[in-house]
This record gives sequence, structure tokens and C-alpha cells, in this order.
Amino acid sequence: MAPPVQSQRSPSPSQPSGKGEVSDLKSQLRQLAGSRAPGVDDSKRDLFKKVISYMTIGIDVSSLFGEMVMCSATSDIVLKKMCYLYVGNYAKVNPDLALLTINFLQRDCKDADPMIRGLALRSLCSLRVANLVEYLVGPLGSGLKDNSGYVRTVAVMGVLKLYHISASTCVDADFPSILKDLMLNDSDAQVVANCLSALQEIWSSEASTSEEASREREGLLSKPNVYYLLNRIKEFSEWAQCLVLELVVKYVPLDSSEIFDIMNLLEDRLQHANGAVVLATIKVFLQLTLSMTDVHQQVYERIKAPLLTLVSSGSPEQSYAVLSHLHILVMRAPFIFSSDYKHFYCQYNEPSYVKKLKLEMLTAVANESNTYEIVTELCEYAANVDIPIARESIRAVGKIALQQYDVNAIVDRLLQFLEMEKDYVTAEALVLVKDLLRKYPQWSHDCIAVVGNISSKNVQEPKAKAALIWMLGEYSQDMHDAPYILESLIENWDEEHSDEVRLHLLTAVMKCFFKRPPETQKALAAALAAGLADFHQDVHDRALLYYRLLQYNVSVAERVVNPPKQAVSVFADTQSSEIKDRIFDEFNSLSVVYQKPSYMFIDKEHRGPLEFSDELGNVSIGTESAGTVVPVVPVEANDKDLLLSTSEKEESGGPSNNGSAYSAPSYDASSVSAAASQTLLELEISNPTVPGHASQSSLAIDDLLGLGLPVAPAPAPTPSSPPLTLNSKAGLDPSTFQQKWRQLPISLSQEYSVSPQGVAALTAPQALLRHMQGHSIHCIASGGQSPNFKFFFFAQKAEESSTFLVECVINTSSAKAQMRIKADDQSVSEAFSALFQSAFSKFGMP
Amino acid sequence: MISQFFVLSQRGDNIVFRDYRGEVQKGSAEIFFRKVKFWKDDGQEEEAPPVFNVDGVNYFHVKVVGLLFVATTRVNISPSLVLELLQRIARVIKDYLGVLNEDSLRKNFVLVYELLDEVIDFGYVRTTSTEMLKSYVFNEPIVVDAARLQSLGPASIFMPGTKRMPGTAVTKSVVATEPGGRRREEIFVDIIEKISITFSSSGYILTSEIDGTIQMKSYLTGNPEIRLAFNDDLGIGRGGRSVYDYRSSSGSGAVILDDCNFHQSVRLDSFDMDKTLSLIPPDGEFTVMNYRMTQEFKPPFRINPLIEEAGALKAEVIIKVRAEFSSSITANTILVAMPLPKYTTRASFELEPGALGQTTDFKEANKRLEWGLKKIVGGSEHTLRAKLTFSQESHGNITKESGPVSMTFTIPMYNASRLQVKYLQIAKKSGTYNPYRWVRYVTQANSYVARI
Repeated sequence: MAPPVQSQRSPSPSQPSGKGEVSDLKSQLRQLAGSRAPGVDDSKRDLFKKVISYMTIGIDVSSLFGEMVMCSATSDIVLKKMCYLYVGNYAKVNPDLALLTINFLQRDCKDADPMIRGLALRSLCSLRVANLVEYLVGPLGSGLKDNSGYVRTVAVMGVLKLYHISASTCVDADFPSILKDLMLNDSDAQVVANCLSALQEIWSSEASTSEEASREREGLLSKPNVYYLLNRIKEFSEWAQCLVLELVVKYVPLDSSEIFDIMNLLEDRLQHANGAVVLATIKVFLQLTLSMTDVHQQVYERIKAPLLTLVSSGSPEQSYAVLSHLHILVMRAPFIFSSDYKHFYCQYNEPSYVKKLKLEMLTAVANESNTYEIVTELCEYAANVDIPIARESIRAVGKIALQQYDVNAIVDRLLQFLEMEKDYVTAEALVLVKDLLRKYPQWSHDCIAVVGNISSKNVQEPKAKAALIWMLGEYSQDMHDAPYILESLIENWDEEHSDEVRLHLLTAVMKCFFKRPPETQKALAAALAAGLADFHQDVHDRALLYYRLLQYNVSVAERVVNPPKQAVSVFADTQSSEIKDRIFDEFNSLSVVYQKPSYMFIDKEHRGPLEFSDELGNVSIGTESAGTVVPVVPVEANDKDLLLSTSEKEESGGPSNNGSAYSAPSYDASSVSAAASQTLLELEISNPTVPGHASQSSLAIDDLLGLGLPVAPAPAPTPSSPPLTLNSKAGLDPSTFQQKWRQLPISLSQEYSVSPQGVAALTAPQALLRHMQGHSIHCIASGGQSPNFKFFFFAQKAEESSTFLVECVINTSSAKAQMRIKADDQSVSEAFSALFQSAFSKFGMP
Repeated sequence: MISQFFVLSQRGDNIVFRDYRGEVQKGSAEIFFRKVKFWKDDGQEEEAPPVFNVDGVNYFHVKVVGLLFVATTRVNISPSLVLELLQRIARVIKDYLGVLNEDSLRKNFVLVYELLDEVIDFGYVRTTSTEMLKSYVFNEPIVVDAARLQSLGPASIFMPGTKRMPGTAVTKSVVATEPGGRRREEIFVDIIEKISITFSSSGYILTSEIDGTIQMKSYLTGNPEIRLAFNDDLGIGRGGRSVYDYRSSSGSGAVILDDCNFHQSVRLDSFDMDKTLSLIPPDGEFTVMNYRMTQEFKPPFRINPLIEEAGALKAEVIIKVRAEFSSSITANTILVAMPLPKYTTRASFELEPGALGQTTDFKEANKRLEWGLKKIVGGSEHTLRAKLTFSQESHGNITKESGPVSMTFTIPMYNASRLQVKYLQIAKKSGTYNPYRWVRYVTQANSYVARI
């Protein structure tokens, strides 16, 4: 079944196993090494080719290193390239021998031919050997000044490679500032683009330890820099254009006229044949116009056609990537795409991953005017030979039915599915009819008539069976045979493997009993007996509960098991709007294809330079004994920098709110919220390490847009709720804390001011810890030095194990504290916040 | 940026493997191949999506002539960028080798490494332009005999043997010098259209779309400027609200494209005035323009499928295909397929008398009827009859259990959109300079479906 793991090593004529051949090659290379005979280069070429081909298929040819180097003294550029490729591959495992290559590489770096210079420099920097870095600095320095653009491009990338081998060497040689200079002045667009890539990487990684670097990184987003790149955009290759556009996305324009200038400048990028350029441009357009409702909607209209063209041109893989992005836009603003529904019809030869996306889009865009056609189309797919797609199509019909007001026609279709006599169609349709009845009880007569005709023997899938049984119980008064069907199902109790079905059976027979006692009594007794003897804990417990309820009082039992129900108005959405917003913020990235925000699938160290990052990872959390005293471990070195960047934000961000730098344009009535979102956007730029801002800003924006998307309601304080009390001996181990911190959304984030007494008392983190502990709020990690402190607190509710997590960043010089609160139970987070604040405000008070 | 690039054969062997950043483990090719080969979703075996994540490593792949072109990365990069890049790498390699397949790749892997080093540095793309790469790449391609190759890519439908077209051109390397010394000055412009259409059971058109692309491959020295002129009545962007409003444009006769995009070398300065594009074509094959049209057009084929019960456990299928284009044009490699009810056990076929070059088949495994025709001449009509035997009664659901009928075909020198290249003008260097120009049309079925 599984392929052999070592498929590559399996001996086959084209893929020799290795050993003998390698030693053969070794002796042949030796013979050629010193030879100056005519035609020797040709034989060398053949040998080198063999070596490289072994290398490719995974045979270890590192033992030839010495011989390869000896043979590399040649003027034949093809030979040189092969040799460099080899050396680059094996230098890391042969650091000593790699030293041998330095000489000739350095010599080639001074060759008259720019091609050779570039090639040698690239290879020199690709050796990835730490103790050779001293040899790189010189050639790189002259490479950056080379008069050939090609060599400069290579040198810029070389600087980045050097940075990855030895960051300190790179920084000490002052290469980043040389790159910055080149970026702003070089005439070769590719050099500029490479500088941009290299600087983004270097400064993002340096930003955690150097204030200057983080300032430089923000400098990339400065208006002069962004405009300089934008004005040259057509000189760049299509790939470099993508790079520039990604940068522009993060730029915050001053006012709407600037926004329109940028959009007009980039307008023709939407007609580019390269999908990556188009998507990057679209991202710029979408992000720039987030706070301008009308324009934002125009953008949607404008990008529709280019996106559809990209979907239908290019390879299936490319069109899938574009379709995923179209999908997220359709899900966000279905009404804009409702007249384009025919574009989302499935073609018979499309792969299922494409069809699934299209079915979701069809479901989303269905409205009063197109539902009939969409449902007709979906019904065609239900008969499809592709069974998973047939199932999805039926589910899609159901979803449309649940989101529409007028479901007449759809109900008929669903009922037709039940009559199609394909087991999987029946199964899916039963589940849907059940959901439909929960929302539209008025349809019960029509549905029950059809459902009643289905023989339970033809329904095997647990979900479908459970649905059928639920309907039998719920509508037993209307289904003549209900007690008898249930009875026969109970007779086969032992053959029923799904506990879900058995649980439903118990409940259904109870409901049936309350409505038609004489007919059901026998079945009920049998079901309870079987349930009590069931090996499955839940089934057993439910049977016992019912049994005791009935013993206690039948009418109470009825009120418990079969109370009058309200129709369901909206079924819960599977993905929270916060997650959806975060994916939207990461437009034109893998997040869209995976339908997950990046923190769910990208390792921390590989998250983009300016992306959302969850800084908890930076804080080392001490182990905590379950005792009363929480040993507090100081936060590690780099946490300090986090704090620094926070304080910096306050210093630079504070005045700019009032000043001119980012002043929000006045938007009449909506000016307040526009300003709010503007401020949030600004925070995103100046301090990338504030998660939660994304969701907040887009929430505000959603309101502005009035897109009618489901927005998570702010947790409303419940005035009548009992006062929150905390467990004074709460315990939480650090890994659980870390896990929870990652999983939970932020329920509140606030800024308090710290009283002068508090500032005075906060000489060391420990002081606050002891104080908060007195209020049953425990610290799990803390760190920092005056004026910046950072704490992670937790607390638990007194009666239950519901936990609150708090991140608290305090700057004593500005007397400000920033809180971010996460909670298991969102509804009480307001109450907790109040509690926290009152405890916090007493800090330093006598 | 990407971390690794590799090409795998159908069996999963590494043909080329390049690690740019050393961030992803060496065994990634094996992990990738196992995942792709045995992709499962909800326990159901399916085709793997082009992008997926295993243990923090993102794998991107495109399939080109049966080979897997793969890139890996650990960062959250734009998927379009990587997939586009993989496709471009394949194209650059094809420009160099003339033919892209496993054999030619294996013979030229050193050249491919050389290309890869110039295309990508430390995971960042430098260039994918064959034109630019030419000055940095020194290996001579070892040209593989093109005659034995099966078709690859849309342009290869211009098969050798057709009198009007030089068959070897498409498989000619952009860089290799011809045996005769100087290479021939020529330029190819291919207008390739793919039709998607769905006929309802009553034969009326439910949806239709033409996805067109204009490919150019230039072997001109000195990069002269080129002007392409289209029909005067060509328009881009439909004024109407709904793109599916068929009536709005029919009768007017104009060719209205819904939307299009262009290669970055294309200048549209005078497009609105005289419907011409001007460009300086770079070396190698590239897409001048992609376009999309949902305007009503005349479908090249009409399909009339019929399935009827003929007694218990028996049914008869009749499929009629009528070619609605001019008799001077011939469609080739036509295949008509129709899924039959699951309980079909046997199918016996009856072709029209005197049928030539037609094949019929009943695929037992997936219960599919297949009817192949070598050629269909414009204006002609062909019929297939099949008698089916069932293992159980159909309960009158027979039409829901079978179909839809799908069709694939290729029609050279025909395009459904009526978009035309009126002339191809090459900026003159001298009075005697007169390169060969080939403007070729072809139409293919993308999803050509008739419901029952």
C-alpha cells in the first residue's frame, strides 16, 4: 500500500547504488587533475556530470571533495559551474576541505569577466561554513561596488547569506547600511529589489535585539521609500513587483487622495498576465480602502473580471490558487458576486478540491433571484458519479435552504433526493431534512409524509440513521408507524454499533412514549433495559437518567426530555469571524488556501517579518509547583526588546495621534470609528507584536462597511450576574498556560494608567507579583527592567476551573499599562477585567 | 522565498534537486511524493491539491508533461507566486531544451542546474525570462529527438505532418544553433481557445465560456518591434450588468471579450483606436494575452444524447453528434464519454454503416461508455447506438443514473470567438528582411457537456 520509503535507493539500471562507482570516479578524477592534455576538459565535463547526477539522486559523493577541487583549476565556465554546484552542496559537511576552494573562488572574484566574478561570489557565499566567513567580507565589499549590475545583485544576496551564517560579521561590516544606500541609489532595478528582500530579512531578525534595526525596518515603510519604489515599479521584473507590492500593503497613506494616487498608479497591474502580480495588487487595493466603504465596494467590482480571467487561464494549479482567493472574497461579500453565480458552476473534469470551493461559493451567493437556478444546478451534481461531490452538493442545497426565507421549492427538491434510492443521497438528505425541520417546523407535514416512506433498513450511515430516529421521536404523533419502527430498531440494539444512534434511539423512544404511551410502553422497557446494560458509558448513563426520571415523576420526565422547542433561527458558524478576518488580513498567502491563519501552520521563526506574531513564545515560563507560592522566573533577554519596542511605540505613537503624522481624515459621522481604525492600523505598523489589533480593526471596519457579516458581539456585561470571585489557590502549569494563550482569542485589551504611587512601588517586578497574588491573581512569568516591565498573570474562578489569562505591559516612565485578557468563558471577562483593574489600581497604595 | 526546488518523475525519482536555503530537511522529496500519491480527504482517495503543509513545510507542485515540479518553503508566501514560478521554470527549461520530458531533462540536468542557479538565488526569484538568462547560461542543450514524442502542452497540437505548418518549430530550442549554421528567422503566433459549454437536456445552452490565450514564440534576431492587429469590431469589457445576458450582444456581430490580461511587454497605446497591440517579443515562448468571453457563440458541435428503457433489464442509448462548422475544417481526436447506470453489465455497440476510424468501448470498472472518432468533417453528423444490459431493474430512474455526456476534441484552424489576428507586422530592418510568420488557430474542448 505505502510506497517503499527508500524508493530512490532501490537498485535500478539508471540509478546505481553507489560505492563502487564513486571509487571509480575518484581514481578517474585523480588522473585528470594534473593533466593539460587537449580535450581534457571534455572528459572532465563527463565525469563532473556523473558526480552531479549521483548527487541528485541522493548518493553521497562527498568523498570526492578533494579530487573535485583539484580538477577545478580550469577556464571552462561550464566546468566551473558544475564544480561550484558540487562544492556548495558538500562544503558544509567538509568544512576543512572547503578551505581549499576559498583560494580559487577568491581569485575568480577578481576575474575580468563580470560573469565569472558573479558566479564565484555567489558560490563563495553559498558555502555555509561558519569559520570561513572572514574570507567573505572582502569580496562582498568589492562586489557591492562592482560596476556590473549582475555582480551587485549577486553580492546583495551574498550579504543576506552571510547574515544567515554569521549575523554579527555581517552587521559589523556595516553591510546593512551599504545595502540601504544601494537600494535608494542603484540604477539596476534588480539590485534594488534584492536589497529590499535582504534588508527586510535582516532588519526583521535584528529588530528583536536592536532598536536601530527596528527603526530601520519601519523606515522601509516610510513615505519617501514607498513612493520611490512605487514610481519605479515598471522597471522591476514581475517577481520584484510582487515584492514591492507586498511592502506597499503595509504602508499607511495620509489621506484619501494619497490612496487614490497609489491606486491609479497601480491600476494597470490588474491586467498583468502573472497572477501573483494581480493578487498582490488586489491586496493593496483591498487594504487601502478598508475604511472607505464605497470605494472598497468599487474595488470588489473592479477586481472581479481580472480574477475570473485568471481562474480560467493558466494551469489548473494556478487557477486553484486564484480561485481560493476569489472564494474568500465571495464569502466576505456574497452579494457583490450574486449575479456571477454561473462562474461557480462545476465542470465535470475539475478536481474535487476545486469543486468543493465552487460549491461553497454557490451556497454563499444564493439569494432570492438566483436560488432556483443554483439549486437546479446543484441537483444535477447530486446524481454525479463523484460521490463525495454528490454529497457536498446535497449539503449545499440544505445550507441554501437554511439561509433562505422562501424554501418552498427547495424542500421539494430535498424530498426528491429521498426518493432517488441511492443510499448516500438518502443519507445526506435525511440529515438535511432533520436540520430543516428544526428551523422550519411548519414543513413537518410534507416532510414526514416522505420520510415515513423510507425503510429504516435502507439507512445505514450513523448520522442519517440518527436523523431518522430523531424525526421518529419528534414527530411520532404524525407518523403512524413510529412506535413500531422504533421497536424494531430496539430489537436490533446489539447490532447497532454507533453509540450516537443508540443515544438517539433512547431519546426518541422516550418522546414517543409521552405521545403514544400504550403503543410504546413495551419498546421503552426494552430500550431502557438494553441501555442500562450497554457498555458505552454515555448510553448507560442516559438510560439510567431516563429510568430514574420516569420513576420519580412521568410529567417531570416529559418536561425534561420533550419540552416545547423553539425553532432554530441561525445555525452556528464553524469559523469565528475573528479567524476569518485574520485570514483576510493575510490575503495573497497560504492562509487563504488552507483557510487558516498563519499562526496555525507556520513555525514561529518563519513567520513573516511584519506579520502577526504571538510573542508568548519569546517569554520563557518557569515551572510552577502546585503550592501556594508561585516561583517567578525572569523573562529571558529578548523579552526586554519586546518591551523596548512597546515603549517606543508609545513614545512615537502617542504624539502622532494628536499630531499630523497619521491624523485621520474627518469622515463626518463615522469619523470616530474611522479614527479608531486608523489608529489601530497605525499600531499594526509601529508595533507588529500586538495580536488582536487585526481582529479589532477589521471588526470596526466591518461595521463601517456594513457588509452584513456576522460580527462577534462584544461581550456585554451582565448586570444581574453574581460577583466574580477568584480561587486564591489556583494552579496552572506553564505549558497549559502557553497552549491556552495560543488558542484563546483576546476578549479584552485595555490601557490603564498607573498611579504615581504604583510607579514608585514598581522598582522590581516582584513587588507587583506579591500585590496581585493578594488578590488571587497569580503570575506565571515576568521580566524587564525599569522603565519597562512585562507580566503574564492568570486567575481562576472560585467555583469552576474557568481560567483567565492576562498579559500586562507596564511602562513606568509613561505611567501606562496595557492589558490583554483572554478567558475560557468570554462572558465574564468584563467582570474579571474590572476586578483586575481594581486590584491593580490599589498597587502602591498604603 | 522558497527553500528547495525539485523535479520528480512519475515514479518519484529525483531528476533535479536544488536546495537554496537549507531550511527544509533533505528527505522532503520522499515525504512529498508519498503524500501526493496517497492523498486522502475524509478517508476518500482524491487528487492532492497543488499546495499542502506537512509538519510546517509547505509543498507546492504543478504537473507538467507527467513530471512534478515542486517547491518547498517554511514561510507564509503567496501561493500564486510559487505556482506561477514553477510553471515559468518549466517553460524556460522547455525554451532551452526544445522538448520538455523526462528523457530530455535527464540528458540535460546540468544545463537545468545552471538555469536554476540564475533563476533563483537564495530562494528569491531573479528572472524567469529566457531572453535575460541567455547571457548567463553556457551549457549547450542536448536535443532529444522530437519525432518520437507524444504531445505536450496546447501548442503541440500543431503536429508535424500538417502541410501548412513546419512541425519542428514548436519543439525547436530557442538557443541551440541549427545544424545549417544560421537559424531561420520566424515567429509563431498561436491563438488557442478552450470552450466550456453545458447543454441542458432539451439542448439549449445553460452556460458557455471561451478561455483564449495568444501564445507567441519568436526566433527573430535583434528583437524587432511587432504589431498585432485584431478585428475592428473587437471590444473589451461588457457594458451590460450581467455577463450572462446573452441577448444584449447577439446580432450586433461585434466580438466582445469580458476581460483580458497581457504580458508585461505589451503596449496598448493604440488599442482603442485601431485594435492593435505592439510589443518587442522576448526570446522564448510566452503568453501575449489571455482572454475570456461569455458572449453567445455558435458551438462547434451539437450533441443529442438519448437513453430509453427497452424492456426489463435493458436500455438503448443513442448519441448524435453534429459538426456545425464549415466543411473545409476538420476536427480531430474526438472522444465522447457517458457514464452509465451502476448496474450496467454489458453494452453492445452499433456504428453507422461505413463508419471509418471510430472506436467504441465500455469501461467496466467505472461503467463508462466511450466513443472515439479520429475525424469529423464540418457539416457532418455521426450516430452511435448502444444496447445496454442491466443486472437489476432501473425503477424509472435511468436518466438520473446516467450521463452527462462529455466530449473532448481539437479543431485546428478554427476559433469559436471569431477573434482574429488581421495582420502581424514586424518592424523592418531592411527591404529584404522578411521573416516567416505563422498565425495559427486552434480550438479545444475544456468542459463540453450535454445533460440527459
